[in-house]
Amino acid sequence: MINLTLNGMEIKVEKRTTLLEAAKFYGIEIPALCYDEALSPYGACRLCLVEIGTGNHSRLVSSCTYPARDGLIVRTHTERVIKARKLLLELYLATCPSSRTIQDMASKHGVTTVRFKQKNEECILCGLCVRMCAEQMQGKAIGFVNRGIKRRITAPFAKKSEECRLCGGCMYICPACQARCQGPQEENPVCNACLNLSPPCLDYFQEAMCYMDPCVACELGTGRKAKFTY
Amino acid sequence: MEERTRTDLENLKKPNGSSVVSLLQEVQEKYNYLPEEILREIAKERDIPLIDIYSVATFYKAFSLAPKGKHKIVTCSGTACHVRGSEKVAREISRVLGIEPGYTTKDGLYSLENVNCLGACALAPLVVVDGKYHGNVTPAKALELFKMYTVHEKEEKEEAGCRCATAKELAK
Repeated sequence: MINLTLNGMEIKVEKRTTLLEAAKFYGIEIPALCYDEALSPYGACRLCLVEIGTGNHSRLVSSCTYPARDGLIVRTHTERVIKARKLLLELYLATCPSSRTIQDMASKHGVTTVRFKQKNEECILCGLCVRMCAEQMQGKAIGFVNRGIKRRITAPFAKKSEECRLCGGCMYICPACQARCQGPQEENPVCNACLNLSPPCLDYFQEAMCYMDPCVACELGTGRKAKFTY
Repeated sequence: MEERTRTDLENLKKPNGSSVVSLLQEVQEKYNYLPEEILREIAKERDIPLIDIYSVATFYKAFSLAPKGKHKIVTCSGTACHVRGSEKVAREISRVLGIEPGYTTKDGLYSLENVNCLGACALAPLVVVDGKYHGNVTPAKALELFKMYTVHEKEEKEEAGCRCATAKELAK
């Protein structure tokens, strides 16, 4: 067991626990865009920043990748942390203004204005889809290509990958792209699109290829026409 | 500590990122670029996910997924070369070949590239043609170099033509 201080509390966690997991266990909420319990931590979005150490020696680290250490002093909601988080959220809002996840998170953290030029990207390079494909679906069909400002996520040679079985896990987990289900539409309060579908993969395979809820069939637009209302 | 060495050994056995780089270097040397079919074959044979190979291939500037010309011309625009007028040299070469850096001429003979330093700043400004370093290049010298290579290319062609002619004569 490892003893550390979390927001003034003396806590005990097991070896190999990350700071984010420890905070979660003790009921302290830390926002994150690139973290998922079922996937390996990646540390891309930086929203889970926490302050470790005290005084002039304190620094910001991403809690999802930082392992708990004996005697560590962790503070999750200091002025410095919140300021950094707000700025990050503002930048994410400028990159991806149409993402519901980011918008919700921004309003939750009191980010109401964006001072940066809006980009309308559909990707924040959080890598969730890449890890979902590789770790949960055993697909390894997509990944990062190029570098720097040209970095993006795609299949090899920008063609449909042989490894891809259209499970839709990447779309399911994506916090930014608009290909996912946008929820019930206003004009039609009962859409029930998720109910009346047999998984589309059954057209190609004998067994369902994923156990996602809701079935991604509706997100692929098989069940109904995707309507984008912003 | 022991645990770490063990995992390190396992990593060595498994094909990891760095072994992909050396594989790709070999392919690039052989074909002058990275053909899609070859990369697919490597992925299958070595049991490396194709996307990992593709990621590495697109990450490094030294790898090219498009075919390169027969002769590779590299101009340097590092600090030393820039100060000594590499920009004019690069522009002259671009003008003569009729292509921008990063492209290949239509006849597939020359491809032009611009790099940020070649590590031979004492020879600035530098132009490298097929791995041969030419130092202290001026636009005029660059033109001479180019002429030399075109003459060489012509001779080669004529030689090949002669061979064809003799073959034809023999066939008669």
